Amino acid sequence: MSILKVTKLSKRFGGLTAILELSFELGQGGILGLIGPNGAGKTTVFNCLSGFHTPDSGEMIFSGKSLLGMQPYQVCQAGLARTFQIVKPFLTISVLDNVMVGALIREPSIRKAREESMEIIKWAGLGSMAHKEAEGLPLPFRKRLEMARALATRPKVLLLDEVMAGLNPTEVSEIIELIKEVNKKGVSILLIEHVMQGIMALSERVLVINYGSRIAEGTPAEVVKDEKVIEAYLGKEFLHAQG
Amino acid sequence: MDSTLALQLLIQGVLLGGLYGLIALGLSLIFGVMGVINFAHGQMMVIGMYISYWIFVLLGVEPYLSLIIVSAAIFVLGYVIQSSVVNRILDYPEAMQVLPLVAIGIILENTALLLWGPDHRSPQTAFSLDTIWLGGAMIDVSRLIAFSMAIIITLAIFIFLKKSNMGKRIRAAADNRMAATLVGINVSRINNFSFGLGAATTGAAGALLLPLMPLSPNLGHDFTLTAFIVVILGGMGNLVGALVGGLILGVAESMSTLFLPATLKQVVSFGILVIIMLFRPQGLLGGKK
Amino acid sequence: MNRLYILLTAVLSILLLLPFFLEKYILGIFVMIFFYAYLGQSWNILTGYTGHISLGHALYVGVGAYTSTFLAQNYGLSPWIGMLVGGAFAVVIALFLGYLGFRFGLRGVYFVILTIAFAEITRLIVSHVEALGSFSGIFLDFNPGFWNFQFRGNVPYYYIALGFMVFSMIVVRILEGSRAGRFMVAIREDEEAAQALGVNAFKYNMIAIALSAFMTSLAGTFYANYIFYLHPDTLFGMALSIELILRPIIGGLGTILGPALGSFILTPLSEISRSYFAKGGFEGLHLILYGVLAVLVVLFMPKGIIYYAKRWLNPILRLDKKTVTYTEKRKEAKAES
Repeated sequence: MSILKVTKLSKRFGGLTAILELSFELGQGGILGLIGPNGAGKTTVFNCLSGFHTPDSGEMIFSGKSLLGMQPYQVCQAGLARTFQIVKPFLTISVLDNVMVGALIREPSIRKAREESMEIIKWAGLGSMAHKEAEGLPLPFRKRLEMARALATRPKVLLLDEVMAGLNPTEVSEIIELIKEVNKKGVSILLIEHVMQGIMALSERVLVINYGSRIAEGTPAEVVKDEKVIEAYLGKEFLHAQG
Repeated sequence: MDSTLALQLLIQGVLLGGLYGLIALGLSLIFGVMGVINFAHGQMMVIGMYISYWIFVLLGVEPYLSLIIVSAAIFVLGYVIQSSVVNRILDYPEAMQVLPLVAIGIILENTALLLWGPDHRSPQTAFSLDTIWLGGAMIDVSRLIAFSMAIIITLAIFIFLKKSNMGKRIRAAADNRMAATLVGINVSRINNFSFGLGAATTGAAGALLLPLMPLSPNLGHDFTLTAFIVVILGGMGNLVGALVGGLILGVAESMSTLFLPATLKQVVSFGILVIIMLFRPQGLLGGKK
Repeated sequence: MNRLYILLTAVLSILLLLPFFLEKYILGIFVMIFFYAYLGQSWNILTGYTGHISLGHALYVGVGAYTSTFLAQNYGLSPWIGMLVGGAFAVVIALFLGYLGFRFGLRGVYFVILTIAFAEITRLIVSHVEALGSFSGIFLDFNPGFWNFQFRGNVPYYYIALGFMVFSMIVVRILEGSRAGRFMVAIREDEEAAQALGVNAFKYNMIAIALSAFMTSLAGTFYANYIFYLHPDTLFGMALSIELILRPIIGGLGTILGPALGSFILTPLSEISRSYFAKGGFEGLHLILYGVLAVLVVLFMPKGIIYYAKRWLNPILRLDKKTVTYTEKRKEAKAES
C-alpha cells in the first residue's frame, strides 16, 4: 500500500530540465532513500511535492489525494511535512516557540500545543535548550529542531532534505537513531542524503536519479553495485578501471 | 479630441519618459547588484539638480555641459553612502535595509531645505523657452536635448556594463556575490562603485531635468516613487526594463492630461502600479523577484 | 517577570497622577507621547510582528480623521461612532493593499512601495475633493462634550490618550501569546519555513494589516478632535508616516514596550528641537537629526533601545531567564569547570 505515488513528474526551469518523467512510490511506513549527484534534481522533487514549485506535468498522489495545485501550507496540513537542506530556524524565538508553530497547526489550544511540543523537544534531545533562542544553537541541534518542528505537525510522510550534511560521524549516528524512531511511530520517510552511512542504515529501498531521471532503484546493497550508479558518481573511467 | 494635441502629448511623454528611464536605470542597477532599494534615489537627483543650478547661476555653465561634474559629484555621494552605511546592512533583514536609506533621503531633502530654502527656482537656461515644430506638434527643445542625452547616457551605460572589465565585474557581482568573491573580485569595492554609478545616473538626470521644471527641495520623494513604479513596471533589476518602463510611464502620464488635471498625474502612475501588481508583478520584462 | 510588572504598575500609577501636578503645556507633550506611542504600537502590529514594512501608515490616520470628521460635520454623527466607521474604511483599504502585496509572496520591497503609493495617492485625491476641504483643509468647530469627542483643557485628552496607549499594549500582549501572533512571528522570521509548517501566510498577513490599519485609524479621530484642523499633506503625508515609525524602531521593533519607550525618548526631544530650531532659518534641521538618529540606531542598535535596556536592568529586575542563549550558557559552564 503506497502512501505516496509519483507518476511521470516533470519540471523545467526555462531551458533546463530539472526532472524528467520521474516515477516512484513510497510504501506506507517505509523509508525510501533518494540519492544522486549534485544538481540531479532531488530537492526539486521535494519542492514539487511540498508545493513550492508547480510541476509542468505528472501526478503526485498522497493518501489518495492529488497534491497538484496545493499551496505549501495546504500540503503540510494534508500530512506531508518537509525539512530544508539549509535549515531555517525561527532565529529570534526559543526552541519551544519554534516547535509550537508546528504544533499549533494541529492543536489550537496553546497549552496543549506547548505540552505536545515539550514532549517532542525532549524526545529529540533538545530538552535542556527548550527556552534558548534558536539563534544560539549550533548546527547539529538546529537540524534536530528542524525535524522536531516538522514532526509537531503530525505528518504521515516526512521529507528529509540532507539532514546529515555537516554533521560529524557521532552526530550522524544519533540522527539515524532518531529517524528510526520517527519511522517506528508510523511516519513514512523520503530521505535525500549524500551521507552514505545514513542511506545504508535507514533505507529499505533507494532511488538513484541523475539529470532528473531515474537511473537505478533497489535495495541499498543492489544500488551501490549498479554500474550506472557508479558511473554517475565516479565517472566512466572508474567504471572501466573496475573492469 | 485634437489629434495634434494628442501627438504633441505623446511626443512630450516619450521625451520625459526617456528621462524617467534614466532615473530608474540607476535604481535598477543598484538593486540588481546589491539587492538594496535606494529609497533616497529621488533626493539624490534633487541634490544633482541643485549642484547644476548653482554651477549655472554662479559660473554660467549650462547644465548640459556641467553634466559631467554633477554626475561625478553625485557619484561620490553615492560611493560614500554605500561604503559608510549600505555596505554594513547588506545582510540585514529587509526591514532594516529600508530604514537607513529612507532616513538618508530625509537627511538629503532637509539639508537642501536648510541650505537653500523652500522656494522654487527656475533658472533661464539656454533653451528653456525654445520650441521647435515636429510634424505639427510643438516640442520643447530642452526636452528634446534632455531625452537625447538621456538615451546616450543609457546606451553608454549598457555598453560599459557589457564590454568593459569593470562592467563585467559588476555583472558578476550582481549574478552571484559569493562566486564573485571567490574569483577574486573585491565585492565591496564593486558595490561602492555600482551605488556610485547608480547615483551618478540619477544626478545626471537631475542636471537634464533642471531646465524642465521648477526646483525645490521636496521634489525628491515624488521622483523616488516614480522611479520605483518604473522599475516595478519594467522588472526589478532589468535595465532595459527600466528604459521601457520609463517610456511607458512618461507617455501614460502625458496623455492623461487630456482628461485629468495636471496635478493628478500621479494617479496614472498609481493606477499602473496597481494593474501591474494585479496581473504581472514581476514586471513587463521580468526581473529578479 | 513579576518585577517588571511591578515596575510598569508603578509607572502607570505615576502617569495617572501626573495631571494633578503638571501644567497644560507639559501635559500636551504627554498627550503627544501617548499618541505617538499608540500609533507606533499599531504600526508595530504589522511591521514588528509580520515583518512587512509599511511606510505609508499615515494613510490610515488620515482615513480615520477625515471619515469621523466628515460624518460629524455633515450628519452629526458622534466621532465615537465615526471612529469605528473610519476603522472599517481603513480595514477595506488595507485588505486591498495587502491583497496586492501579499498574494504572490513577493519580496517585501513591493509591499513597501505599495504603502507609499497608496498614501500618496490618497493625499492627492483628498486634496482635490471639495467636500473634504481640498487644498485648504478642514477646520473643526469646538463644541466640547463627551459625545463630540471634544473637551476643554488637556486633562481629558491626556487620559484618553493614555487609555489608547495602554489599550494598544494590551492588544499586542494578547496577540503575542495567541496562536495568530505566533504564526505572524514565524512569518516574520522565515515565511517559507512557516508555510512549510502549515501556516497560511497570506491569511495571517491580511489579519495583521487589517488589525494594524483599524487601530491606527482610531488615532486619526483622536487627532482630529484634538488639533481641530485637518490637511491632506499633514494627515496623509510622508512626514507623519516617518514620525510614527521612528519611535518603535528606536524603542524596539516587535516588542510590547518598544514603541512606548521610543515615544518617551523621542517625543520630548522632538518638541525641544522643533521649538529650538524652528526659529527662522533652521527649518528641517530637526528632521535631519531624526534621519541621522535613525541611521545610527539601525547601524549600532538594531534591536532597539528596549533590548539593551532589558539587559542592563536584568540584574535588578531579573527578567527573562529565557533569553539567555545557548552559547552564553556554554561559556558559563566552561567558566565554572
